[in-house]
Amino acid sequence: MNAQPLIDGLVAGSMIGLGAIGITLTYSILKFSNFAHGEFISWGAYAALAVSSALAMLYAPLAAPLGPFSFGWSLVIAAIASAILTGLLTLLVDALLFGRLRRRGSAAIVLVMASFGAALTLRALLEFLATSKPAYFTSSLQIAMKLGLGARATPDQLLLLGVAVVTVVGVHLMLTRTAIGRSMRAVSENPDLAGIAGVDVRAVVRVVWLMGGALASLAGVMAGLVIQIRPQMGLDLLLPLFAAAILGGIGSVPGAMLAGLIVGLAEAATVMFIGAEWRAAVSFFILVAVLLLRPQGLFGRLA
Amino acid sequence: MSAPTLTTVNLVAGYEPTLPIVNGIDLSVAPGDFVTIMGPNGAGKSTLVKAIAGTVPIHSGRVLLGDFDLTRTDLHQRVRHGLAFVPQTENVFAKMSIADNLELAAQVLGPSLRRQRVDAMYAMFPDLASRPRMPAGRLSGGQRQMLAIARALVVEPSVLILDEPSAGLSPKMVADVFATLTRINAQGVSILLVEQNVRAALAVARTAVVLVEGRIRHHGPAAELRDSPRLYELFLGTRGETAA
Repeated sequence: MNAQPLIDGLVAGSMIGLGAIGITLTYSILKFSNFAHGEFISWGAYAALAVSSALAMLYAPLAAPLGPFSFGWSLVIAAIASAILTGLLTLLVDALLFGRLRRRGSAAIVLVMASFGAALTLRALLEFLATSKPAYFTSSLQIAMKLGLGARATPDQLLLLGVAVVTVVGVHLMLTRTAIGRSMRAVSENPDLAGIAGVDVRAVVRVVWLMGGALASLAGVMAGLVIQIRPQMGLDLLLPLFAAAILGGIGSVPGAMLAGLIVGLAEAATVMFIGAEWRAAVSFFILVAVLLLRPQGLFGRLA
Repeated sequence: MSAPTLTTVNLVAGYEPTLPIVNGIDLSVAPGDFVTIMGPNGAGKSTLVKAIAGTVPIHSGRVLLGDFDLTRTDLHQRVRHGLAFVPQTENVFAKMSIADNLELAAQVLGPSLRRQRVDAMYAMFPDLASRPRMPAGRLSGGQRQMLAIARALVVEPSVLILDEPSAGLSPKMVADVFATLTRINAQGVSILLVEQNVRAALAVARTAVVLVEGRIRHHGPAAELRDSPRLYELFLGTRGETAA
């Protein structure tokens, strides 16, 4: 038996799960499907690319690979900077677009349509700034390590699995054990009552956008690291991300990650047993099946 | 606790800017007073307290707590200034535990006070203390109402506003809720209460306000309405009706 599809599925699933956490968090608290989340992923990857390239130019040793990985400190610093920059980008989009619509009392569908507009604008702007040519964080080649049962994975891919686990645990603990997490759950359940209970709802919304942006940027950096960086990368991930967020149950962070792994593994199994051309159809099939059979997803709502 | 006076000045409020539901309300809740607002269905009782609490838009006029103008402040800022509100429905976070409901409200306070105030609420409502991890959605109607009141009291408000706290409760639970309100008022917290159970409200309130078609028609001691069949029937219908 060859376990390679399992590893491929887990790697793809971790990437999808990372993105889906951001989707599920913003959806459950801001109450609309933000189709611009994919563009935040792309912008996050490009922001990290710009910062890491600048750091490498300023001080070349920062780009020297860290241990078995393909990247150096420049990318670690760039990932942190990108999380902040992408968070600020989400706040800018909220100030210019979503916040204005919310204050007018616009329906969720108006916000969803606005998010399509925001996505188109952000993607076009990124293509204008960065061109459609694929880019990479590093040009160094990695040798895949043998994992047994015929499976191989690069250290970067294994890092992605680790980052996904740490992120899901971290966000889950933040939501369930901290004051800001409690406030976020309260706003998710009943924004008016949260205000009556003394929660500064607007501040919570800002924190949610910042977190959503930071998580999107992390997904973008990891996707850029194990695949490549393209302006369309977020758009390509969008359907699997929503399939995972809905399968996991909107609001459930562990659910989003588990569902991301399920979608990733289903894609890998499809490639192996049916054919690579059907890979993209898997997310669509899962999305439709969940909406028909168990619309609340595996883990229900944020609680 | 010494409570500042809650005042509304010529308050006009309603959901739509062109359709005011309450019109020109001048009301004051003196420190330590227990005011009940009564009136027929559709009189604007709930709209009035929601406007004061900040969940219904105010078109004109002012809401003051002491010297502080709350009219345009956000919901959470009203809480920080000592105004607590218990809505009629959806007044607890059903998916969150009892402890989370109370600790959420306590986040407004300084870190040193939070535990102390939550523990004070558990002491005041022992029913809640016995199962802090239970989701609030699994509590009975009466227990939920107690949790909602406890949630509002965590921050030691100077004024507590309640919108029909006895709605849907058994007679025993109604008696418990009113006994609790009397106890809270005795501790110095001013209370502004909208209540459909007129007899129960008049039995505990010190001041009664009758609202008809969005305007105050009567404002005086609760005992006056309680003891005068003529006034009672004039404003609240025949005796024996529970819903005015």
